[in-house]
Amino acid sequence: MSETSQVTQRHSSFWAFISKPLVVPALALFSAFLVGAILMLLSGDNPLQAYWGLLRGAFGDLGAVSRTLRRATPFILTGLAVAIGFKAGLFNIGASGQYLMGTICSVWVGLNFEGLPAFLHVFLALLAGMLGGAVWAAIAGFLRAWRGASEVITTIMLNYVASLFAGWTVYAGSTTGQQLSGPLSSPSAAALGISQSEEIFASARLPELLPNLLDRVHWGLIIALGMALLVWWIMKKTNLGFEIRTVGASPDAARYAGIHSARTIVLVMAMSGALAGLAGAVETLGLNFKYSPEFTGGVGFEGITIALLGGNSPFGIILSALLMGGLDAGAAKMQFDSGVASELIQVVQSLVLVFVAAPEIIRTIYRLHKPSVEEQLAETGRGGREA
Amino acid sequence: MTEVVLEARGITKRFPGVLANDNVSLSLHKGEILALLGENGAGKSTLMNVVYGLYHPDEGEVYVRGEAIQLNSPRDAIDAGIGMVHQHFQLVQPMTVCENIILGAEIVGRNGLIDIDKARRRVIDLSERYGLEVDPDAIIEELPVGVQQRVEILKALYRNAEILILDEPTAVLTPQEINDLFRVMNGLTERGHSIIFISHKLKEVLEISHRIVVMRSGHKVGETVPAEATEESLAEMMVGREVILQVPKGKAEPGKVVLSVESLSARDDAHSLAVQDVSLQVRAGEILGVAGVQGNGQTEFVEVLTGLRKVESGSFSLNGKDVTHASVRHLVEGGLAHIPENRHRYGMIDSFPLSENLVLNTYQHEPFSRHGIRDYEAIAENANQLVQEFDVRTPGISTLAGTLSGGNQQKLVVARELGREIHLLIAAQPTRGVDVGSIEFIHSQIVAQRDRGVAVLLVSAELDEIMSLSDRIAVMYEGRIIDTLDATRATREQIGLLMAGVKNGATR
Amino acid sequence: MSLHEQASTTLLKIARFTSKGSVIAVILMLVAIVVVNTTSLSEGWMSLFLDTSVLNFALRAAVPLALGAMCGILCERSGIINIGIEGMILAGAFGAFVVKISTASLPLWMSLILATVAGLASGALLGLLHALLCIRFKVNQIISGTAIVTLATGLTTFLFNPSWSSSGKFSQFAIPLLSKIPALGEVIFTNGPITFITLALVIFLQVMLFRSKWGLRTRAIGEHPRAADTVGINVNKRRYINTTLGGAVAGLAGAFLVLEAVGQFTEGMSSGRGYIALAVMIFGNWSPIGAFGAALLFGYMQGLLNSLLLAGVTTFPRQFLSMLPYVVTIAVLAGFVGKTRAPAAEGEVYETE
Repeated sequence: MSETSQVTQRHSSFWAFISKPLVVPALALFSAFLVGAILMLLSGDNPLQAYWGLLRGAFGDLGAVSRTLRRATPFILTGLAVAIGFKAGLFNIGASGQYLMGTICSVWVGLNFEGLPAFLHVFLALLAGMLGGAVWAAIAGFLRAWRGASEVITTIMLNYVASLFAGWTVYAGSTTGQQLSGPLSSPSAAALGISQSEEIFASARLPELLPNLLDRVHWGLIIALGMALLVWWIMKKTNLGFEIRTVGASPDAARYAGIHSARTIVLVMAMSGALAGLAGAVETLGLNFKYSPEFTGGVGFEGITIALLGGNSPFGIILSALLMGGLDAGAAKMQFDSGVASELIQVVQSLVLVFVAAPEIIRTIYRLHKPSVEEQLAETGRGGREA
Repeated sequence: MTEVVLEARGITKRFPGVLANDNVSLSLHKGEILALLGENGAGKSTLMNVVYGLYHPDEGEVYVRGEAIQLNSPRDAIDAGIGMVHQHFQLVQPMTVCENIILGAEIVGRNGLIDIDKARRRVIDLSERYGLEVDPDAIIEELPVGVQQRVEILKALYRNAEILILDEPTAVLTPQEINDLFRVMNGLTERGHSIIFISHKLKEVLEISHRIVVMRSGHKVGETVPAEATEESLAEMMVGREVILQVPKGKAEPGKVVLSVESLSARDDAHSLAVQDVSLQVRAGEILGVAGVQGNGQTEFVEVLTGLRKVESGSFSLNGKDVTHASVRHLVEGGLAHIPENRHRYGMIDSFPLSENLVLNTYQHEPFSRHGIRDYEAIAENANQLVQEFDVRTPGISTLAGTLSGGNQQKLVVARELGREIHLLIAAQPTRGVDVGSIEFIHSQIVAQRDRGVAVLLVSAELDEIMSLSDRIAVMYEGRIIDTLDATRATREQIGLLMAGVKNGATR
Repeated sequence: MSLHEQASTTLLKIARFTSKGSVIAVILMLVAIVVVNTTSLSEGWMSLFLDTSVLNFALRAAVPLALGAMCGILCERSGIINIGIEGMILAGAFGAFVVKISTASLPLWMSLILATVAGLASGALLGLLHALLCIRFKVNQIISGTAIVTLATGLTTFLFNPSWSSSGKFSQFAIPLLSKIPALGEVIFTNGPITFITLALVIFLQVMLFRSKWGLRTRAIGEHPRAADTVGINVNKRRYINTTLGGAVAGLAGAFLVLEAVGQFTEGMSSGRGYIALAVMIFGNWSPIGAFGAALLFGYMQGLLNSLLLAGVTTFPRQFLSMLPYVVTIAVLAGFVGKTRAPAAEGEVYETE
């Protein structure tokens, strides 16, 4: 490479600097909505009316904003969980399982320790949730670091195990056989054949944030934002963050740098799982107050979209969680206003994932310039050139 | 002379920043073994990859039996009767010998399936005819390297290759296996096949070939026949008589022993002994150069000394302390600096900015971090200082390392390793892929370290580099140090011969 | 020869086909079940192990898993990781269902055949999309697979109208003579057409993968694409073909659910089978017969469990028994039990120089 070409690659303008990383996600979003609109046109609906309804349903009034914020809260956490894994080159598909383990652990604490001071009880329940998720994910981390098992498959399998385990804890008992009800199952519900837990003690509940202004938006949001800040700080400001980034960018260079890769991998998986578990905990302690098998860990999968859309940066993740939360929150209003099935939103969300995951598609469609070496490096996180 | 079966005319091939082949011409006669001799990076493999259709030449043409042919892919070369045995075997490990041989040229029976019996018969037939003993049903990964090579040759013969290119075929073989290979090669030419034999081992070239073409730095520098050549004359052609890059340096003043290696052995990734019973010492204030053709265990030797590879047996110590099983971090703390052979793999992270690359293995120390929290000001200050001191040409310290030129990337690695207090410097191929200006700079930095009292172990496949920098020269051949010479008295020819495994009473 | 002995030799045969790991797993699972049966050992519960209804259930449950695993094998053997099987099954189910209801006016058999073809095509379309994303657009294969699942889930839910309903499905038929064999005849040779197709496909693919030119080349590009390239094989073209074919096979699994098992489409009806299929594929060590054995094993476990619970012979929580396949898969993957080996080059983008 010549010496001069490096200089021309630098971006001099401030706007270029700010907008460049946003171009692809923005166009990805735009394209997803565009395809959504085409789908609506094909099925004879009015996309403008639908999207207007969506917007109003997501941000139109305080009720809408509350819905969006409520949805965004666990999204921020699962997005962070997936992103921190990505940073270390790990693919945590298991956020949903870790979310469930976090839920169960926090429910257990919430159902016990009556009489604890509220602050302590909440804190313990949150901690239990994080721990549950962390241990669950660390299993996959351990198997990857020491046994070479792909964390992709093990986390998928652990999702099912977690879901069955969670189901067992609140199982109402079989009607035909002799299986007993689960340890967390609510006797009164079980009598009706319903599998769910009792509601947790009031002392374990997260208080609402602004009860007079917002509807059921709880302190979980602040916790999630705090976690985003914490993750940013760890990744940016600590040696641990540097080690994680190094292991992710080049395992060999990490070895050269004297970093204990196996330990780092387990630690990152545990951190990732703790965040996903915390998502389950705050949903339980702030919103649901109980566990019922209908609360699946689906938010874990959304975490992948959110992390990618947010460019794996904590602040990008907050933004994309708000956006995804808004989409979920506005879907009902959209259906009410325009008659378009709210499931369209799922299609749009999946298209967002397709498009952000494939910047090449976006570049092809919009005929953007080929990425510079620098951008390629930023995208792949690894060297674009061979020795 | 017999018919010319293959001819390359005026082949020029450029890679970014490198002229790999410069107007090279070559012809191969029927029934001939033509040796293509040259050091690593001389352009031999590039030329053969052009002939095999893997690279497209920028200029020049390839003729087979007098006809110009268009080589767009290996398929075209195969169709023209050219077969190549790559230095790194192209064999599918969990499949059988027979499956590997027929892959891409399967015989399909009437039931639509591969007629494996017919294929097996043909393989057995070929292997008997050419004396290439193999079990057609054996799984590749369970076979020794020598047998895998036979499979590669059979693969070419199965496709009716008349012209065989063998790329460094002896590099991975035991002496016994080499004898077998030569027997097979003679058998092949007796049956009318023609062979291009790529090598850098003089003795072998003289033993087996009918004609020898010598390449150096992308040029064809000579052509001879074994009867008129000696190992000495070939060595001279191969390494050239260019003016050695002069590095101004004074006389070494060796001090105490810093690195002491005692009968060290280690295995390579394929679990064969790559380093065997190596003992050496490096003193403070001296440069010990380890010369040798690449692939003779130097890579593994360096990896062991820098904590990246496990020791099989033996030990080594740093400043008198045994560090045989020490971790990388422990070694670095003990004053080791390591300029790795493959900077992209180990030495730097392309997607990280310069400033972070400059603290890659020292980030955990003050002032770069305190109690686990990074101090970016100190990191930036360090970067600014090193970039200036080591003349790294970069737009800024937050530029991503991957965007720098090769020379500047290497200076970045050198800056990080030499920019701190060290006792031992292990530099492996420190100037590979680096422009002349940077080479000079890096060389002077290495000498400066020596003069500062650092013990330097320099490993290089570049003879010039070894000759101009070292105070003592150890030559590594097949995992062993076969001789150690005083640099002031050693000659290029002497070292060239040692590199080729020829030891004829050279004095220490 | 008693019925039990016959069936147990069949089981043994199946076990032999699957990898060492699965054999160990069979033992583990049986031991686990026996151990938990400590409470009420009513006489005759042992017969549940070889009950034809259990075996029937096993085969029915195994068909979609086996087809899903064939999809995985087709893709991964050529070097493309596919965790989007779940989405492909769902798309196949939906495609089959839509064509089924829109051809309701045609004779049932014709409508069913068209619907099956639609299932194949829908799956193939998603397979092609996966290949495009992975090869042409160089998307990480895991992300692409995830995107395929979310896309299929979203699209089918959006397009599905709960008021749509279909009537009629593939009926079982007995293969003459073979179906007269005691026990086996009832379990294997009396079934719906997609089940028979699946059985045939397993054998066909097993033969093709290890004996045909296509199979040899497929395995080569999944292990060492460069080696295949140097002998003139077009790596990426073959990956496109295999991934698309794989999608079609997963689509057939969806068609099975709608046209042969349930008769209707329901939202998210693949209900995780695509992921279990991954486990089945790993368990069967990436071979069709092995995967089929593993699918049968998983189906058998489930069927046995249901019967045991129904008969009230165990108080052991069913959820823990249901976990076994996943736990054992993790154990196999981590090398604690048996040995599996994934194609060496899977997940890597292949580019010629």
